[in-house]
Amino acid sequence: MSAVNSLDFFDIDSLLDDEERMIRDSVGRFVDDRALPLIAECFDQGRFPAELIPEIAELGLLGSSLEGYGCAGLNAVSYGLICQELERGDSGLRSFVSVQSSLCMYPIHAFGSEAQRERWLPAMARGEVIGCFGLTEPHGGSDPANMKTHARRDGDDWILNGAKMWITNGTIADIAIVWARTDDGIQGFIVEKDFPGYEARDVHHKMSLRASITSELYFDNVRVPEANRLPGVSGLKGPLSCLSQARFGICWGPLGAAVACLKEVLDYTADRVLFKRPLSANQAVQVRLADMARRLASGQLLALQLGRLKDSGRIKPAQISMAKWNNVRLALDIARDCRDLLGGSGITLEYVAIRHMLNLESVITYEGTETIHQLVVGRELTGHNAF
Amino acid sequence: MKILVPIKRVVDYNVRVRVKSDGSGVETEGVKMSINPFDEIALEEALRIRERGEAEEVIVASIGGTDVQQQLRTGLAMGADRAIHVETETAPQPLTVARILLKLIERESPGIVFLGKQAIDDDCNQTAQMLAALWDRPQATFASRVELADGKATVAREVDAGLETIEIELPAVMSSDLRLNEPRFVKLPDIMKAKRKPLDVIAIADLGVEQGAGFEMLAFEPPPKRGGGKVVGSVAELVDELKNRGLL
Ligand SMILES: Cc1cc2nc3c(=O)[nH]c(=O)nc-3n(C[C@H](O)[C@H](O)[C@H](O)COP(=O)(O)OP(=O)(O)OC[C@H]3O[C@@H](n4cnc5c(N)ncnc54)[C@H](O)[C@@H]3O)c2cc1C
Repeated sequence: MSAVNSLDFFDIDSLLDDEERMIRDSVGRFVDDRALPLIAECFDQGRFPAELIPEIAELGLLGSSLEGYGCAGLNAVSYGLICQELERGDSGLRSFVSVQSSLCMYPIHAFGSEAQRERWLPAMARGEVIGCFGLTEPHGGSDPANMKTHARRDGDDWILNGAKMWITNGTIADIAIVWARTDDGIQGFIVEKDFPGYEARDVHHKMSLRASITSELYFDNVRVPEANRLPGVSGLKGPLSCLSQARFGICWGPLGAAVACLKEVLDYTADRVLFKRPLSANQAVQVRLADMARRLASGQLLALQLGRLKDSGRIKPAQISMAKWNNVRLALDIARDCRDLLGGSGITLEYVAIRHMLNLESVITYEGTETIHQLVVGRELTGHNAF
Repeated sequence: MKILVPIKRVVDYNVRVRVKSDGSGVETEGVKMSINPFDEIALEEALRIRERGEAEEVIVASIGGTDVQQQLRTGLAMGADRAIHVETETAPQPLTVARILLKLIERESPGIVFLGKQAIDDDCNQTAQMLAALWDRPQATFASRVELADGKATVAREVDAGLETIEIELPAVMSSDLRLNEPRFVKLPDIMKAKRKPLDVIAIADLGVEQGAGFEMLAFEPPPKRGGGKVVGSVAELVDELKNRGLL
């Protein structure tokens, strides 16, 4: 009888096909060889490792689930596995790829004109054009319908005014997908970085997602040509459909962070001897390890089923909400408990737990806070909208 | 010219190897398996030779159960043109592997057979040398640099004293050392393309290779646990300690 794999308790590996496994391993190797050696330092310095962008692009990770335009056309499970492996490295890396792929390339692919697709998507897949996604505003991200940023028609152009807050990739972005109120409902615009009146500034003093860029965007009478408006969608369903794509990836990413934390703590508690026995030989420690393995395993099964539902076209937003809530919560709890089991070592960047723990504080907030997702599930169960 | 690259499925180098509880071997169930790293280096070199226009085709081959097709697909995703799976349920030893490869050579007539210098599971370091002898062709083992010109190969070899450069006539057998190159990451679109590349399966019986057991594995046991370390306070204390233990 052979032992079970502590980090894959229910042998999810056997439910993947050969391509999915190869994709996971290829991205995993990139993370091990290229990202892990520098990521703790980046986190310490509050720096996004932009030097990894060309290799990330070359691997095919940008817009990987889109068809055509130089994109790989992979299935949803593969995109999930990419997110899982990147976030095993750092949530900042996964955020970069989520934003570029799901929040910027996806809306251009889904709602853009043919000219917009051809102009932007191949260059974005190659990592030569970086995007950011501006939905959240300073006065309240959970209530996007209360959007203040607006665009008004002026001849063939639009005049854009307002501000966006907490925007990943903002200051390195060549284009911003900006959602604004218009006379015809909420619409999406492609704002190019050199448009006069557009400015991006970094948010400083973050204690979370430090290896990622977070910015504020300002629009002061920015003139945007009609050719830069996304013609295929109007209303909140535009940005929300992008968020559904990204949240799907976030159901997987934190599993990677949890795996990294649990793996480290299994080794640590096996090697550390206190009271003449390994830490892992104590009941109180084993209960905690077992509980972490239980949560992780349940999250892995959930993510895979979510992926299969997406690939068969049956996925529902409430399912994504429950999975985002469940999987980010379990990862955050695991990271915090691992931090504790590492003792004093756990407060340094020599070990991964505190970095993942701090990062996951962002992940539980962005793309819909935990509470908002609970309320989405609640609405599904009761029919009452409580938010 | 064709280059044949035999690859072996082994426990991934990042995995902590565990001996099965009954001591009959190393645990491979539920364990991550990969292409033997030295074979991957050999494949990378073969691909670079082809990309320089000095070879037309790179063929990967592996011997074993259906599982090895995973590693063959990875080889195809890295860039090999086609794959051969020699199917057998018993793990062949180096001499048998060399005999099987000789049969593939007779079918494919490669200019180079590029192997890893050893597999990280059994560390035999025998197959390349045995194959060269059976094939009666030159060998360049432990290659750390390879240049081809006019039907010859100039190969820098990693030997104990440093680097030794030799020239050999092709066709020939080569084996890769660690510093030959750094293998590429597999690109995701290439993984999808690899699905459509040819993978031929040959039953070992159809090759007519005699498969006698060369040696028998008697027992496996984990290495002894490391004893406790000692922290010394100064360089002088360290030197004393090393002297006491006869290490200096
Ligand atoms: C690192 C980082 C990166 C980000 N990147 C992006 C990006 O690229 N693009 C983008 O557009 N946005 C981005 N965001 C913004 C993110 O999506 C918002 O922070 C999030 O939606 C929450 O909005 P808020 O911060 O305004 O909090 P609020 O909406 O003000 O929420 C505050 C608290 O109130 C709770 N709450 C809100 N409404 C209710 C209710 N009805 N009932 C009960 N509780 C409620 C929330 O759960 C939360 O706990 C990012 C955020 C972070 C931290």
